[in-house]
Amino acid sequence: MLFYHLGKYVLLMKASLKRPEKWSFYWKEIIREMVSIGVGSVGIISIISIFMGAVTTVQTAFQLVSNLIPLSVIGQITRDNSILELSPTIGALVLAGKTGSNIASQIGTMRVTEQIDALEVMGVNSPGYLILPKIIAGITMIPMLVIVSVFLSILGGMIAGNLSGAVTQSEYITGLQADFKTILLTAGMVKAIVYAFIITSVSSYQGFYTEGGALEVGESSTRAVVVSCILILFADYIIAQLLL
Amino acid sequence: MIEIKDIYKSFDDKQVLKGITSTFKEGSCNLIIGASGSGKTTLIKCMVGLHEVDSGEILYNDRDFANLDFHERIPIRKEIGMLFQGSALFDSLTVQENVMFSLNMFTEMPNSEKLDRVNFCLSRVNLENVNKKFPAELSGGMKKRVGIARAIAMQPKYLYCDEPNSGLDPKTSIVIDNLIKEITEEYNITTIVNTHDMNSVMEIGDNILFLHKGEKWWEGSSKDIRHTHNKELNDFVFASKFFKEAMESNNL
Repeated sequence: MLFYHLGKYVLLMKASLKRPEKWSFYWKEIIREMVSIGVGSVGIISIISIFMGAVTTVQTAFQLVSNLIPLSVIGQITRDNSILELSPTIGALVLAGKTGSNIASQIGTMRVTEQIDALEVMGVNSPGYLILPKIIAGITMIPMLVIVSVFLSILGGMIAGNLSGAVTQSEYITGLQADFKTILLTAGMVKAIVYAFIITSVSSYQGFYTEGGALEVGESSTRAVVVSCILILFADYIIAQLLL
Repeated sequence: MIEIKDIYKSFDDKQVLKGITSTFKEGSCNLIIGASGSGKTTLIKCMVGLHEVDSGEILYNDRDFANLDFHERIPIRKEIGMLFQGSALFDSLTVQENVMFSLNMFTEMPNSEKLDRVNFCLSRVNLENVNKKFPAELSGGMKKRVGIARAIAMQPKYLYCDEPNSGLDPKTSIVIDNLIKEITEEYNITTIVNTHDMNSVMEIGDNILFLHKGEKWWEGSSKDIRHTHNKELNDFVFASKFFKEAMESNNL
């Protein structure tokens, strides 16, 4: 069963990545998807990022019981966690729920209402037209969202540290500037791109092969989120092993 | 002209089409009728390439569509227009964008020319001032008419209509039937309509193909159908007592 789905997924991706019939027409779709995936997710990503940073700061301060460790370490830990794990991975899990379910239900509805059949009768490569713009928009916009998320997470940490009195602003900033390794940024961005591909392609696959009616569209949407989340966590482990 | 020769199609163990052969002439309205599950929609889907046939030939002016690959089929597909049962309009696009879709995708026409074509197609189906509306804002009959406008935008040689009257009131059904008939004659298109509607059968059917349990059971004109002794066909056509009495009282 696993290999059956894997084979179908690979064939669908192959069909999706074929040369478009007309680039100018696809370009409009890519922009439309960029707005939907990117701009449409800024709100939720901003909210979760601020709280992720805030919680990391407060909990790290709680666990720092030794007077031998300077409080500036809190800033350093929040920064590293945000870049390496919180913003890319937690952000991707949230996006799998929002964007992934949206993609699966959109394509699934098009399938059950014969809109995909209509594209095929016209001679349009339907996987290319429907999926390629979403993948391109995803791998462009999700890393940008992750960058925004990192900044907001660090900012959230600083605000929470100040408000709770766990760490002063200057100590926090000292921590942010200390001992930065560029590999963290590289790993964070690699994760963001891989997760973006997983979310858009897996959700498109689930939607594209929907059969039935409204109930099955809902099931496809749920499956898209579940499978995407599992694959994101699996990819997280693989990337961590390979890059760190 | 479209010729289908010895078409077989099965899904898993179930044989849905069993050796269907027929010819659909240019400028004629060809109706495929039959009970639910008789294979009508499967036949149409095979003919437009949405399903692959197990064996047989589908010839569009002698070009064997069934045995071509995706890219080789594209020139023929551009000559095909199709009206789907649920209209299948693209939800996220306006009426204008729906009708303009294939023109945008496959032609290099200037925008003004494309817009003229869209307006012409919409006026041909008696729709005006709906260009900026979305499909969700239209009634069932209007959606069907936009579907027809989209199907004829590329000036097709072949027009397929899958149950064009389903879900419509009798008056709107007649409007849609007449539209299909007029367009067929006006542009000399080969039209194939899959229907359950007996009024369509009597009014617009130049050639009628009756499918029964996946087989071609009967073929003839709407005049022939009134005098046939084929039991299954009579049971199907005159299933409605009212319809039968109306036909007899009008001596049709």
